[in-house]
Amino acid sequence: MKLLRCPLNGPRNISEFVCWGEVADQPDPATADDLAWTDYLYFSNNTAGVVFEWWCHTPTSYWFIAERHTVSDDVIRTYTMDEFRAIRRDGR
Amino acid sequence: MSGVNRIPGGLLVDAARPVRFTFEGRAYDGLAGDTIASALAANDVRVLSRSFKYHRPRGIHSMAAWDANALVQLPGEPNVPAERTPIVPGLAVRGQNYRGSLAHDRDAWLGRFARFMPVGFYYRAFFKPHGAWQRFWEPRVRALAGLGAVALDAPHGHFDKVHNFCDVAVIGGGRAGLSAALAAAGAGDQVLLVDHNPVLGGALNYGRAAVERAATHAERDRLVGAVGGVRRITVMTGAVANGYFADHWLAIIQGSRLHRVRAGRVVLATGAIEQPAVFRGNDIPGVMLGSAAQRLIRLYGVRPGRTAVVVAGTDDGYGVALDLLDAGATVSAIVELRPEPSRDPRAVAAAGRNIRIVNDASIIAAEAVDGHLAAIAIRRQGDNTRHGEAIVCDLAAVSVGRLPAYQLALQAGGRLDYDDARAHFSIAGLPPGVTLAGWTAGEDIGANHPWPIYPHPDGKAFVDFDEDLQIDDIENAVAEGYREIELVKRFSTVGMGPSQGRHSALTAARLVAKETGRRVGDVGVTTARPPVVGEKLGVLAGRGFDPERKTAMHHRHLEAGAQMMTAGAWWRPAYYGVLAHRADAIAREVRAVRTAVGMIDVSTLGGLEIRGPDAAEFMNRMYTFTYTKQAVNRLRYVLMVNESGAIIDDGVACRFGDDHFYVTTTTTGSDRVYQTMLWWNAKWRLDVDIANATAAFAGVNIAGPRARDVLAPLVEGCGVDAGAFPYLGAFEARIAGIPARFLRVGFVGELGFEVHVPASQGEALWDALMDTGRGAGLVPFGVEAQRVLRLEKGHIIVGQDTDAMTTPEEADMLWAIAAKKPFFIGKRALVIRDKHLSRRKLVGFAVAGAPPLQESNLVLKGGNAVGFVTSVAWSPTLNRTIGLAYAAREDAAPDRSLVIRLDDGRDVRATVVKLPFYDPDAARQAL
Repeated sequence: MKLLRCPLNGPRNISEFVCWGEVADQPDPATADDLAWTDYLYFSNNTAGVVFEWWCHTPTSYWFIAERHTVSDDVIRTYTMDEFRAIRRDGR
Repeated sequence: MSGVNRIPGGLLVDAARPVRFTFEGRAYDGLAGDTIASALAANDVRVLSRSFKYHRPRGIHSMAAWDANALVQLPGEPNVPAERTPIVPGLAVRGQNYRGSLAHDRDAWLGRFARFMPVGFYYRAFFKPHGAWQRFWEPRVRALAGLGAVALDAPHGHFDKVHNFCDVAVIGGGRAGLSAALAAAGAGDQVLLVDHNPVLGGALNYGRAAVERAATHAERDRLVGAVGGVRRITVMTGAVANGYFADHWLAIIQGSRLHRVRAGRVVLATGAIEQPAVFRGNDIPGVMLGSAAQRLIRLYGVRPGRTAVVVAGTDDGYGVALDLLDAGATVSAIVELRPEPSRDPRAVAAAGRNIRIVNDASIIAAEAVDGHLAAIAIRRQGDNTRHGEAIVCDLAAVSVGRLPAYQLALQAGGRLDYDDARAHFSIAGLPPGVTLAGWTAGEDIGANHPWPIYPHPDGKAFVDFDEDLQIDDIENAVAEGYREIELVKRFSTVGMGPSQGRHSALTAARLVAKETGRRVGDVGVTTARPPVVGEKLGVLAGRGFDPERKTAMHHRHLEAGAQMMTAGAWWRPAYYGVLAHRADAIAREVRAVRTAVGMIDVSTLGGLEIRGPDAAEFMNRMYTFTYTKQAVNRLRYVLMVNESGAIIDDGVACRFGDDHFYVTTTTTGSDRVYQTMLWWNAKWRLDVDIANATAAFAGVNIAGPRARDVLAPLVEGCGVDAGAFPYLGAFEARIAGIPARFLRVGFVGELGFEVHVPASQGEALWDALMDTGRGAGLVPFGVEAQRVLRLEKGHIIVGQDTDAMTTPEEADMLWAIAAKKPFFIGKRALVIRDKHLSRRKLVGFAVAGAPPLQESNLVLKGGNAVGFVTSVAWSPTLNRTIGLAYAAREDAAPDRSLVIRLDDGRDVRATVVKLPFYDPDAARQAL
């Protein structure tokens, strides 16, 4: 069973986590047209490569971000929300 | 006497402890420590089973339980490996896959029709006419095929699971594994050493790597002794590592127990599996691997035959010949398949003991008499006769090479390369932390014979014993266009049997390589997946770890005679009474609530505490209603929709302070709602604290016109009359001395108070209320009565009356939507969905009489399904059957008629009724 390093709990069995998919920016609901909003809701990029994903350690309900290669299934790094915001601000 | 072939010196058997068992109804004597196969071999029983397709007699082949040749039937269990299963007194063993008797199988005629059953036969022969397969062929083929018989009356087994950790897991307890375990322990690691066999030592126990055995035994004793003296090494024998999973997670089965082991590193010292030669009759009982003969001699003290021929394609064959001589067998000849005479010291020793060595020979065929080996025909270089030279023998021991036990290594991500010079598969490309040792790594292992394959014009040269596949079958599969090994496997079934390619993969790769003009390494083997060897379903099913939750009042429900039901992980009372009077019990509870007062345990409802300056803003975003203006000590209905606008949860929100909401969720929704809230706030970063307090509270709902009579004597700190405590009020006060939260709700449509107390006080609360409520006629009611009561009020249950698509508009709950709010989750989607209304609505309906309506019965219109029943119940209050259903939008008006299809195929007519069915003015809950 795969291990995933939770920023709060350390390496834990993957069965303790749920993944809520790739991080996607929500368009502004006040200005987005119906098509743009539908795309946001139902289209997943399905990137073959490195993606940022939402993961939750369910016993502790702790949300964090994992940087994962979807082809090799290698988890490159996990981030707390603060760490993730910092790299997003840096424009990565 | 434990058999005519018994000799002294068997490592695993105790000559002083005979064990009597039966095979095919006849009694035999073996020794404690014998396997079924070794005990039968000691008694000269050669045929253990019949083959899968042609019903050919089969016997010991590997003595390692790698194949289907020695699968036998026990009274409660089919397909038991005779080569690995110990005998116990009275064990009743039978052969498998025959009709009549094992010796005279009435289906053995199938073997003579082999040439009419070419590879892919089943795919083609039974294809036409249409339907013939199901009606005619399948029942007949099923009667012939398969191996053992499943015993439907098998005794119950007990299986369980263990989780374990180690720094280093060493798989294989032979020389390499023992050495690796000692090295790792010496470096300070906690080591788990796993071996499939009953004792450590591997091939050191039975192999003959040198002329004299003494050095081998001394090495074994030194290594095994050293491992036994190291506390950091945990030894598991009789345990098979049956799967490698990501990040060094191993599935190890020992008896009826599955060990899930997380290792820091893994050393695979799984050894190498001796390979058969392919020649006509290579499956006849009496033809076995050299290592099988050695295992019989050294492990079990059994002489494998009286007169032996050794087929040597490697130098190990000479060690086998020496062992056979030492065991008292006559060795008629060593048939050396290689062109050059061996210079190995064991070959010199064999020659010195006057064994005839036939160099540069090839094999024509093995011949059987009465189902076991009688002679082997060989051809010497330069012999041009048709039949060659026949050598009389009852044992042919074959040593032509080995295949590294690659299964775990390939599961871990390794790949096979082929060393053409040594005719060996080697393993490369392993992930970090997985290493190989010993034979698995290609160390200390001689060259294989490059081509021990001898076709015969009359066939019966088997590549795969499990599946009765011959050389022709593989060649024909390639001729049919299946060039890749994975396709050859699927077309021919090579490697699909219990041996999973252990004895066939190398030959199949060689044949496909030859037929397609490629290197063996480019052909490779088929994907290796867990399990390595067959495992019982009991191991997988076994004892589970399913959490259960019980409320603080659980025992009170049982004492009151409740029938319990599950709701998610929770146990809840369904109704109070006996199953035989279920309907009466539910009706009685419903009437009590409508006419007097009832009490239901609502501890299972989720309870979330939302605190902080942004609490109201957070609620506004999470739920469809508006909460910023909600007054303190008031509660509001909450409806949660997802981003697609579908209803996913509901409850009530109590405001106990400007910055404090206490929110309830459905019983099964609390964890999901909590997780969802945390996810959104990970993005929003509002200044709120969200806590799941579900387990901290126990609660009851007191409902009915006399609810105040029950509560008034017990409540301290707030009034319960309509003026002090109006409908939708929420107060913190005390009840019977217990701090409590009081919520005035109307889920069941009567005057009602929910009382939430610390979970530790739940039972005390229940007792106090039952005690003072007796005079008012208080009765406990269960989930079933609550479902009827709320249905009478037309209140939905999320997840029962809603599905993944249901919008508030479909459920007529637009009253719960604050459309003027700038944002709530799902709002934008609901705006879009308002422009494309669905074709269905959730409606109330009533039917005459009491037809057997069920949830999920279809609502039909013009013969098409337009919806389905979500709730249906007999209403004791209204004296009719009522329900909720999705119906066509145009039928959603009162008095419209619906057609509902019952389970038995009949249709009933239902009439749409405006909701709620009961108390449309909502006067009773506001009393």
